[in-house]
Amino acid sequence: MRNNFQLERETNSLSSFSNTKSFFSKLKSWLLPYAFLSPTLIVVTLFFFIPLVIVFILSFTNLDMTNFGILKWWQPANWTLDNYIKIFTNRFFPKILNNTLMYVSATLILFNVGMALVIALITTNINRRIGFASRLIWLACRLTPVVVYIMMWKALAGPSPMGVINKHILGPLGIGEGEYLLHICPWIFIVLVNGFIGASFGMIIFSSAIEAIPKDYMIASKVDGASTWQTIRYITIPMIRWPLLFVTTYQTLSLLTSFEQILLLTNGGPGLYETEVWSLTAYHRAFSSYFGNTQWGYGSAWAVILVIIGIIMAIVYLRVFRFNELIQEPKIEQL
Amino acid sequence: MLKKFRLKLKSIFAYLVLILFSLPIFLTFSWLIITTFSTRTEGLKSLGWTLNNWSFLWKSPFGPNFPSIWLVTLNTFLLAAIMTVIVVFVSSMSAYALSRMKFAGRRGFLSLTLILHAFPSVTLLIPIYFILRWITKIPIIGHGIPFIGGFGFNTIGGVALVMVAFQLPFGVWIMKGFFDNISWDMERSALIDGASRFQVWWKILMPNIKPGIAALSIFAFISAWNAYIIPFTFTVGRAGKTTVLSVYIQNFMSESVMTEWNMVAAVGLFQLIPVLIFFFFTQEALLNIYGGGAKGGA
Repeated sequence: MRNNFQLERETNSLSSFSNTKSFFSKLKSWLLPYAFLSPTLIVVTLFFFIPLVIVFILSFTNLDMTNFGILKWWQPANWTLDNYIKIFTNRFFPKILNNTLMYVSATLILFNVGMALVIALITTNINRRIGFASRLIWLACRLTPVVVYIMMWKALAGPSPMGVINKHILGPLGIGEGEYLLHICPWIFIVLVNGFIGASFGMIIFSSAIEAIPKDYMIASKVDGASTWQTIRYITIPMIRWPLLFVTTYQTLSLLTSFEQILLLTNGGPGLYETEVWSLTAYHRAFSSYFGNTQWGYGSAWAVILVIIGIIMAIVYLRVFRFNELIQEPKIEQL
Repeated sequence: MLKKFRLKLKSIFAYLVLILFSLPIFLTFSWLIITTFSTRTEGLKSLGWTLNNWSFLWKSPFGPNFPSIWLVTLNTFLLAAIMTVIVVFVSSMSAYALSRMKFAGRRGFLSLTLILHAFPSVTLLIPIYFILRWITKIPIIGHGIPFIGGFGFNTIGGVALVMVAFQLPFGVWIMKGFFDNISWDMERSALIDGASRFQVWWKILMPNIKPGIAALSIFAFISAWNAYIIPFTFTVGRAGKTTVLSVYIQNFMSESVMTEWNMVAAVGLFQLIPVLIFFFFTQEALLNIYGGGAKGGA
């Protein structure tokens, strides 16, 4: 700040107003950074901080469509823990918890980390141009509008003769009777649909990490007669363990809170709560009214648990991945 | 000789695995393209070629209750454009302050940006619903602006604002990186010549980070263009004045019978076209941005 002040004095002395260094210009230069930050601060306050407070308060109330405008939900007198008791005593709670764990772990292990690693390893070891093109094809899934993407998968799973898988793969092999596959095995498709989007994130990060490994290591291992598998196991994987850890934790949180694809694909069905996951439950309770009633309070209680997990994980990233060290001092002030 | 053969075998194996794993992607996209131009399909086999599925371009296809595709496209474009412009401006302003100025709370602000970047904002949809309802009650800003409708509930502007909030932490972080990489000599000489910080930001730094602005714009535009859950949650009337393409298509899919499936696919391909254009012309940039920490999705 002091340096900046000096600079301004310097610049002022160049102009004709040499002695106007007043309290106001000092105040101005002190306030300037906040002026630059104010749009972000306003938006972040409106859509992060205030919602964060509201979601906690709502989760203690029974606000819904019937008592909206009547219930004074901001008054502590109306706050209870009923919603949380309701969650844990819900008949379907074990089912939803089980679904969530299955969905997150299967997608994470098979695709977001597993498939991502396989694709990254292959595309970095083949012809450069083909490797680049293959990575782009995988990115295409993420870039496709989610509604269109789900439509294509529904067509893949469709009943015979329309469904692509039934017509061209299962039909000739004589498996199944051509039913709508989303009704037969919804979980396989949920994992596939999310996995094909999720894999691209890890794939990009892993492949740039693999390309950054010095070539000497690879050559040395080859000279020592290591097989491809040994090179991957003892050189590549240990060298990219940091990106691996990052992708794993980051994607766990993403999967835990993402429900858009499931909402569009099965909407929690086909059976009762068969594919309902935690975040989808929160959404369903608050916005889609099964019984003609949207329970904002109860939905918030489901969401709050995810919010708490989200905050904890976000702080963990900040510490574990030492993002603090990325914060360098500004240069322009050091005049 | 044998060694060379084994090496070749290995690379053939690698290609085979790659093709096998990528097969569903090819299947889905081929289905979309074949279906769009067919009267009916069985799997990937077309039962007759036609262009009739594209008639939605000049007449409302799903009955008079649905708005014209062009109104919906305009809505989607407005949403994406507003959101992109706000994100780029606001995040580059903040990024400039974070990159170039020293002030109390700078460290805290940077950590906050990172925490918000990692935080799953989609969990806050319920309270944001209430915030938008409150904004609606403000005169003019809430619901009285032409074209975008305002910034409240059930307006294009409101949806754009929520999407801006979700994108900002990522935007600020990316832009700060670009500002950090610019030498500060130019800036310094401009300051000595008597330019204000605001002038320096707008006239000297912004033209120098055009690649960054382009990258962030593409990212923001595509994510707004593709968005489903936020427009779906914060607008009402599935075929009303505020419908965007994603909601429009989803609405047909849940209502249409099998015979209309081909036309739904055509509308889907129509929505995909701008994305494909970006995809073919900015590949390098896309791979870089999405590696920079894409947020949301799985």
